Amino acid sequence: MDRTPVIVGIGLSDHPKAPHLNGVQHHVLAARRAIADAGIEKASIDGYVNAGGGGGMMVDDAVTMAEYLGIDHRYVDGTMTGGSSFEFHVQHLAAAIRDGLCDTALVTYGSDQLTRMGRSLGTGGMHRGQQRVAGPSGYEAPYGNSLVGSYAMHAQRHMHEFGTTSEQLAEIAVGVREFASLNPNAIYRDPITVDDVLSSRMIADPLHLLDCCAITDGGGAFIMTTADRAKDLPQAPVYVLGAAGGQTHWNISQQSDFTSSAGARVGPIAFEQAGVTHDDVDLLMFYDSFTITCLILLESLGFVPKGQGGPFVAEGHLKRGGKWPLNTDGGGLSACHPGMRGIFLILEAVRQLRGQGGEAQVPDCEVAIAAGSGGWLSCIGVAILGKEHP
Amino acid sequence: MSTHEVVEVEEWAKPLPQIDNVNAEYWQAAREGRLLVQQCPACGHRQWYPRALCTECGAEPDWLETAGRGTVHTFTVIRQQGTPAFKAELPYAVVMVDLEEGPRVFGAMPGVDVARVAIGLPVEVYFVAAADDTGVPYWRPID
Repeated sequence: MDRTPVIVGIGLSDHPKAPHLNGVQHHVLAARRAIADAGIEKASIDGYVNAGGGGGMMVDDAVTMAEYLGIDHRYVDGTMTGGSSFEFHVQHLAAAIRDGLCDTALVTYGSDQLTRMGRSLGTGGMHRGQQRVAGPSGYEAPYGNSLVGSYAMHAQRHMHEFGTTSEQLAEIAVGVREFASLNPNAIYRDPITVDDVLSSRMIADPLHLLDCCAITDGGGAFIMTTADRAKDLPQAPVYVLGAAGGQTHWNISQQSDFTSSAGARVGPIAFEQAGVTHDDVDLLMFYDSFTITCLILLESLGFVPKGQGGPFVAEGHLKRGGKWPLNTDGGGLSACHPGMRGIFLILEAVRQLRGQGGEAQVPDCEVAIAAGSGGWLSCIGVAILGKEHP
Repeated sequence: MSTHEVVEVEEWAKPLPQIDNVNAEYWQAAREGRLLVQQCPACGHRQWYPRALCTECGAEPDWLETAGRGTVHTFTVIRQQGTPAFKAELPYAVVMVDLEEGPRVFGAMPGVDVARVAIGLPVEVYFVAAADDTGVPYWRPID
């Protein structure tokens, strides 16, 4: 029996704006579409995984959603590492499926962020009004930082140490927008230039509005099973070649290196498992919460030496037709970011590896990497996916 | 070591930490004009924020009073913020400060011209008396 873990079904709910769906309904719609895509019976699902976080307190956590969906699982995982949760889920499920803890698992995500809360995610204030804040974030609560500000402090330090420029960071937003223009469901589709990014208003120095991800609604789901079972299913399986995750901190006050990430530690683990090199990778699906997030992932995962990401990006290598096209669905920067984007990295990687990328299809796409960043470059999860059996 | 200015205010409208039995001494010291970090009696490791164990060796840390001086390790200028008490102070710098004693602390520099803030800038602490049991450390350039 070949228990090599594979992804056999993917589903997106509706985005970028879906006022007809609440967070739970995003989970459900994405799950139904993933089940249909996989061509499996719902009753065969014996593993369920989600990160919650999209519908308020205790509405869409793993056990509540398993009940709602009617999944009597024998393997459950509610790991929440922020936006990278779903790369950690792939890591956990790969081991669970190999070990026989479950045979067929469903992962879901859903969020009505845009409809429910508007565009305040990044600058609405982490802690509102007069209140007492428990735990480590109490050490940050009095100071008025924003989510954008935490990433901006990385960009500021990267610029200081390596001479990285706003123009170089802007190239990332420009390249991802070109892919968004090919995605009818992207929230922003009009092409932009480096000047557009630099002339957009400053949110938290040195990050401009167009260095920041969109706020959208959205949901996603995927189904993992064994290579053995995939033989009877309609879609070509996508193989999990390697998966690893780790963290350096959670709260921004404990970031020890503002120019790197845990990717420097876990990236080599994933590549070694996968038995591939950086040059074998055809597609980068990086968490683009902000332009600087991609640059630090690019460097810390070893695609370019530390400090050389800026000039490398400016040469166009991450754009359409470049050596390592980045975020072919238009990314969080321009297409879909409902709060925790990591699942969409996996879904688009699967689409591309199947050759279902449409106009944005990367030619001969055989190996893709999904790299999620959760928190404030805190928890980095990496999944290397391929179309050939390892 | 060193006691720094404590600014008294009539009203406080920003969020504050919840006081517990580990952090109470830290916030009370700040109320009195002193900035504390922790130092491990077993391995010598120094850390901020205060915890119930040394993150290096697991022993119970002691308090270490600092000189309240350091340099800006990195920063951002917040130009958009939805919480009213912060919105009223825009733009302002949020900073990570490398203390002379080693640990790096999180803070802010409200009221300081943001054009003056730079990585490597020498800064010193001052405090705002936010509540009877809580002083909030802030940073300003050393002139």
